[in-house]
Amino acid sequence: MVAAAASAVAPDASRERSRRRARRRYVRSALLFLSPWIVGFLVFTAWPLIYSAYLSFTDYDVINDPEFVGTANYTRLFEDPKIALALGNTVIFTLLQVPLYVLVSLALALLLDRAGRSAGFFRTVFFLPKMTPPVAVGVLFLLLFNGQSGLINTVLGWFGIDGPAWTTDPAWVKPGLVLMSLWTVGASIIILLAALQSVPIELYESARIDGAGFWRQSLSVTLPMISPALFFIVVVNTIGGLQTFDEAYTAFFGSGNTTYSNDAALFYVIYLFQQAFEFLNMGYASAMAWVLFAVIMAITAVQLAVSRKLVYYEAEDPR
Amino acid sequence: MTQSLPDRTVPVALAPAAGAALSPAADEVRPRQNRPSRRRRVEQGFVLAALVVFAVIFAYPFVWLVSASFKPRGEVFDNKLIPDTFTVENYVRVWQEAPLALWLLNTLIVTVLAAVTVTISSAMVAWGFAYFRFRGRGVLFGLVLASMMLPGAVTMIPTFLIWNALGQIGTLTPMWAQNLFASAFYVFLIRQFMLGLPRELFDAARVDGASQWGLFWRIVLPLSKPAIAVTLVFEVQAVWTDLMRALIYLRDASTFTIPRGLKSLVDSFGFGGEWHWEIIITASVIATVPMILIFFLGQRQIIRGVGAGALKG
Repeated sequence: MVAAAASAVAPDASRERSRRRARRRYVRSALLFLSPWIVGFLVFTAWPLIYSAYLSFTDYDVINDPEFVGTANYTRLFEDPKIALALGNTVIFTLLQVPLYVLVSLALALLLDRAGRSAGFFRTVFFLPKMTPPVAVGVLFLLLFNGQSGLINTVLGWFGIDGPAWTTDPAWVKPGLVLMSLWTVGASIIILLAALQSVPIELYESARIDGAGFWRQSLSVTLPMISPALFFIVVVNTIGGLQTFDEAYTAFFGSGNTTYSNDAALFYVIYLFQQAFEFLNMGYASAMAWVLFAVIMAITAVQLAVSRKLVYYEAEDPR
Repeated sequence: MTQSLPDRTVPVALAPAAGAALSPAADEVRPRQNRPSRRRRVEQGFVLAALVVFAVIFAYPFVWLVSASFKPRGEVFDNKLIPDTFTVENYVRVWQEAPLALWLLNTLIVTVLAAVTVTISSAMVAWGFAYFRFRGRGVLFGLVLASMMLPGAVTMIPTFLIWNALGQIGTLTPMWAQNLFASAFYVFLIRQFMLGLPRELFDAARVDGASQWGLFWRIVLPLSKPAIAVTLVFEVQAVWTDLMRALIYLRDASTFTIPRGLKSLVDSFGFGGEWHWEIIITASVIATVPMILIFFLGQRQIIRGVGAGALKG
């Protein structure tokens, strides 16, 4: 009786065991594929996050050990006039840049979508500036926007407009940098164009049958269908705008710079970089980084909340 | 066999109909009336005229930069496209003033290492998330998405301290080695693409005895070419133009990459005293041309991959 029961169970148990072994092997393969990211996340994301949070409560100059100072770095943030200046510059720049950037890339993508055969050529032309190193873009900014002899003011002169001193007048430095940044909309154009071209043609056809004209179609078909791409560009550009560094740093900062008044181009990350790597105030710079993190999180959260109302997503793929 | 697959499992870029709309040649494939109406022709004319105007605006700074690099010192600011006096002296001088060949070589080494390592590692991780089912997958992928949002400024200082502890400051290693561990953005991008590949094919390969690694290396990677190409081109662009990392990690002119070298020229031939624009301009041209070439080689793939993977929901 007992023996019979045992022999009835045995094949089941061994099948169960081999199934469990197969499952373990499967999970092990999965982990193997994921391992680069897991290691990278622990070493280059998780640990830096924790350590940076710790550093933000210390005085640290790399040479001596970190010295705990409590919340001194954070209270100092409020008293440092350059923080308010840099934060203000950065926010103004981003507020000017993002809407213009999205409008220009959308306009160009719409044109390209209707361009027919020649679209490929124009797309290449629009993408080229993106391939120019930001350092060179910074150089170009100084040249083209030069108050006296720069091309921009020369062209404005043809129309009888006396162009401002873009590179030296504090009021015009940021608008100038914004205009220059519009030159590198290439990547956004490509993303929007891909979105435009994946809108099913049948949608336009049925809209036409329903009597929708060009504007009605644009509002009811095109915009909702490309809204995820638009939203993506807005979020990525906002985050990028708040972290602006390369072009402004090239044009206005660096060793031996005495030529320009650079307060107007002191963006938050430039000041952070100076604190960390020029003045070696690693603790203070870490506190600055956390404030930037909080600002970016808050803005992204607001954008996400707004997007729930405005962005249309097709029914999720069941997988 | 292929016909019996449900439609949605056919990857966007491989399905003829949907893929055509995303490919660079999409414009030619779109259905056109045999004889365009008058209204359509007027619209085409308007679109083309607008594009030409924009194209001139976009190309002009670049053409102007190239032309200025062939002008003698005093004429840089004359805003003419054809130099009054054509000279290659700037190129000779730049070559004497700065080790540009060395900087280009450094940049090339860093760029190739960074792009290859980040592509392979990110594709591996993307496959890990796209194919395998295991507990905690959602949480882990949530972490990937969250880390995409993390501003670089927060991890910048501790990362510097890691490389400092490893004695790598002043070497090229910090410029690329982090890429061995994949990058969240590319993991996301490649995974999106892989989700569109036919799962039945992979299950069949497994039944036929392919190992997990063999399946990934011999079947998944080749099928993911568009996404791989986008990753390569994006990363090449990012590394080739990376200034901040180079400012942080590179100390000696012999290890400079092109952006860092260019910045040092701006400092010494600009902020350091009287602006020698001709040097800075010529070096900028030399720094830009290789990237343009790479883009021309890779652009078909970029467009296709971006369309196929990045922005579906």
